Amino acid sequence: MKIIKVGMADLNVVKTPGILTTLGLGSCVGIALYDKYNKVAGLAHAMLPSSKEIRNNENKAKFVDTGIELLIEKMIQNGAFKRNLTAKVTGGSQMFAFGKNNDILKIGQRNTLATKKKLNELNIQIISEDIGGNYGRTIELNAEDGLLLVKTIGHGVKII
Amino acid sequence: MDVTNLNTMMIDILGEIGNIGSGNAVTALARMLSKRVDMNVPRVRILEFKDVAKVLGGEERLVVGIYLDLNRDISGNIMFILDLDSAINLTNMLLNRTERKDELDDMAMSALSEVGNILASSYVNSLSSLTNLDIAISVPSLAIDMAGAILSVPAIQFGYISDQVLLIETIFEEGNNSVKGNLFLLPDMVSFEKILSSLGVS
Repeated sequence: MKIIKVGMADLNVVKTPGILTTLGLGSCVGIALYDKYNKVAGLAHAMLPSSKEIRNNENKAKFVDTGIELLIEKMIQNGAFKRNLTAKVTGGSQMFAFGKNNDILKIGQRNTLATKKKLNELNIQIISEDIGGNYGRTIELNAEDGLLLVKTIGHGVKII
Repeated sequence: MDVTNLNTMMIDILGEIGNIGSGNAVTALARMLSKRVDMNVPRVRILEFKDVAKVLGGEERLVVGIYLDLNRDISGNIMFILDLDSAINLTNMLLNRTERKDELDDMAMSALSEVGNILASSYVNSLSSLTNLDIAISVPSLAIDMAGAILSVPAIQFGYISDQVLLIETIFEEGNNSVKGNLFLLPDMVSFEKILSSLGVS
């Protein structure tokens, strides 16, 4: 089966049979979208919540807002319908703990909040999530059934 | 300024700063361990986000990372990264443990954070006296996890201003080869300009 790796600030789409995977997801957010009728899967690995706060925003996959938009566009090109899409959200960890309020270190939380807001605006339902904590995740999205495998070191393996 | 605008001379200067800073840090480590510690010539590496974790042998490799923030005149961070075996060997040496432990307990993690603190302070002290810039470091924070997840933290900081990460990497090795680690200095772009102009380069 085709296994496609999605790197940091990257996204990709696959129609069944195939698996999309992203390794070592930390404070970034993994946004998995799926059209179960057409068996088209899309995965984005976004680093930052909003393209609007930043001047250097050419790489759309880097941001939650533009990343989701581009991912949907690519999924439609691959035979998905927007109204069929459902979402699974993972990542957004806080890898390092500090006492003080530090925006940079809370980026994981900001990424997941931005993801939920954007998906809500687009009327895409989040059917499951595995977010937060202080650990990394490796995820695999299967285009056959839309199941998302989440692997961690020391925090178990689950399918959401 | 962007990462791509740095010319060869600027990159050489950053490498030399890394050389002096990590030389100091490695000397401090050798003193702590009363052992010889060797280091390579630091490399200035400019990487795409997707390639960052390759520096440590892939996204899923289990590593111990100690992270410290830099602030005041310079912002950015310092990271000290070891594989798990090296971290265990290092703490066994530091804590004079006769009975070898195979995992990191609280005492070991606290000792590693302190090593991170001492390495970062020595690095930053020399950087500060070289440039006359006021640089403070935060308390250390430690994580044991996948390399990709740990490196996502500094990568995101670069994400705000660039599509690439610039890091100054030093690899060091204790004389008997039982401890091997990486020390990274990751100043942000504004800080590069400050460092370079404090040295009369612009």
